[in-house]
Amino acid sequence: MLCEKCQDKEATVHLTQVVEGAVKKIHLCEECAAESGFDVHGPMSITDILLGMGGESAASRPTPVDRSCPRCHMRQADFKKTGRLGCPTCYETFEDELAPLIKAMHRHEQHMGKVPSRESVRVRMSTEIAALQKSLERAVAQEHYEEAAEIRDRIRTCRQKMVSEEKKAEAEKDSHAD
Amino acid sequence: MRIEDLFERTGEWLRDAEDTGIVISSRVRLARNLRDVAFPGWAGEEECERVFIHLRDILKGLKELNDPLSVHMADITMLDKEVLFERHLISREHADRGRGSGLIVREDEVVAVMVNEEDHLRLQALYPGLALDQAWQVANAVDSALEKEVSYAFSTRWGYLTACPSNVGSGMRASVMLHLPGLVLMDEMGPIVKGMGKIGLAVRGLWGEGTEAVGNMFQVSNQITLGDREEDIIATLNRIVAEVVDHERNARLRLMEKKESIVRDHVGRAYGILSNAHVLTSKESLDLLSSLRLGIDLGILDDVDRSTVAKLLTQVQPGHLQKLVGKELKPAQRDDARADLVRSSLLKTTRISRNDEQT
Repeated sequence: MLCEKCQDKEATVHLTQVVEGAVKKIHLCEECAAESGFDVHGPMSITDILLGMGGESAASRPTPVDRSCPRCHMRQADFKKTGRLGCPTCYETFEDELAPLIKAMHRHEQHMGKVPSRESVRVRMSTEIAALQKSLERAVAQEHYEEAAEIRDRIRTCRQKMVSEEKKAEAEKDSHAD
Repeated sequence: MRIEDLFERTGEWLRDAEDTGIVISSRVRLARNLRDVAFPGWAGEEECERVFIHLRDILKGLKELNDPLSVHMADITMLDKEVLFERHLISREHADRGRGSGLIVREDEVVAVMVNEEDHLRLQALYPGLALDQAWQVANAVDSALEKEVSYAFSTRWGYLTACPSNVGSGMRASVMLHLPGLVLMDEMGPIVKGMGKIGLAVRGLWGEGTEAVGNMFQVSNQITLGDREEDIIATLNRIVAEVVDHERNARLRLMEKKESIVRDHVGRAYGILSNAHVLTSKESLDLLSSLRLGIDLGILDDVDRSTVAKLLTQVQPGHLQKLVGKELKPAQRDDARADLVRSSLLKTTRISRNDEQT
């Protein structure tokens, strides 16, 4: 099939348009399609899809300034285009935009699993507590009270570890101050 | 170890163990990134190369990897990349990369680490049959050894930080490859795929994201990576896979009860075509080999043994086929060579089984 526009090259782009309720099919070659403003190669990014779901969403709201990440200089527009972030710091830079996106993707907002051993006791314990609290709720809902009591004790231990770690850190700070 | 040595052997996970009738393989993949370093897609080539060399040297020193093979993506041919892809050691995207990216793979191919794919590290453990727990333990052990050497990008709220927000949290994708000809023949895959979507699992084709199911092989994996412990994700997947396996067994029983002659015909025709065809595309051969696999599982095909089919499932793919022939072939030439390979392999096993009967 030849391109409808230039009648020269093979049509490789097949589009379906709805014009005034009637379905119309268009067959174009790649060049004519690009000329007509159809983005042939651009993959639809997951952010477009997700942001599109909310109707009048962040995508259509004018952003006053296109912020960029202080560490890697990625702009929000770059992320929207590729669906990939520039560096770990982008998660802080674009936290407000990312939070609803991540929640929509994962139906959760808080990490529960493994924590790198290099992270501080405070980080490790707070993740552990978040996970334990979830199991506690489940145990209570299922009326497994013995298990719930056990979990409650474990949460208490985690909290104590956090407190003692903080005290230790403060003591260290004090000793450095001397 | 050289890359050629890898191609000459069958990876651990490819070995068709006794009980891998329905569950072909299990995989756990962890996405990890270095703190304070741009993700590979955003960093320049020089930075990627520095990261690659840094991580490669650390990975090569891990005792868990036992003196692994290290491959730099700029040093190998397109054909080598194709073979690595077909062995599920690298992704399609990784195959397109050159300088700045690489693969570190343990000799038995159970553990493979892609460096600078979408994330700095994509660490996988791959086993034959249903072995998700084992795969998680091994991937976790390698990860724990690695995190002693490097600082990962991690946030208390969102866990391991990844280039794409769809992988944050555990950074873990656990998946199982299933052979489900019974459910396909009974036309029952639709509701199963739909049901899995509802509980946060994804069903894909043989090669993962965006691929169709060839040879009745389906990959089931967790979609959600944030908010559940790794062990819970694995347990859910294990439970669902057990259910699907039950459904498949059930479908096969019903097939044999209600449509035995149709099934025998289906398997017989597949065997007929494979042992006589002179031109075979890779999709057609995978589909037909799937029928042979079903025939063996059901005990209605005596002429072919399981290991021959398992071997062919790998060898008929374009990369492996060209490696086997020893030169690059155009698609049409491949189809000829593929048919030759399949015919001669099936003929060999038939002869062996006939000889057994005579002696």
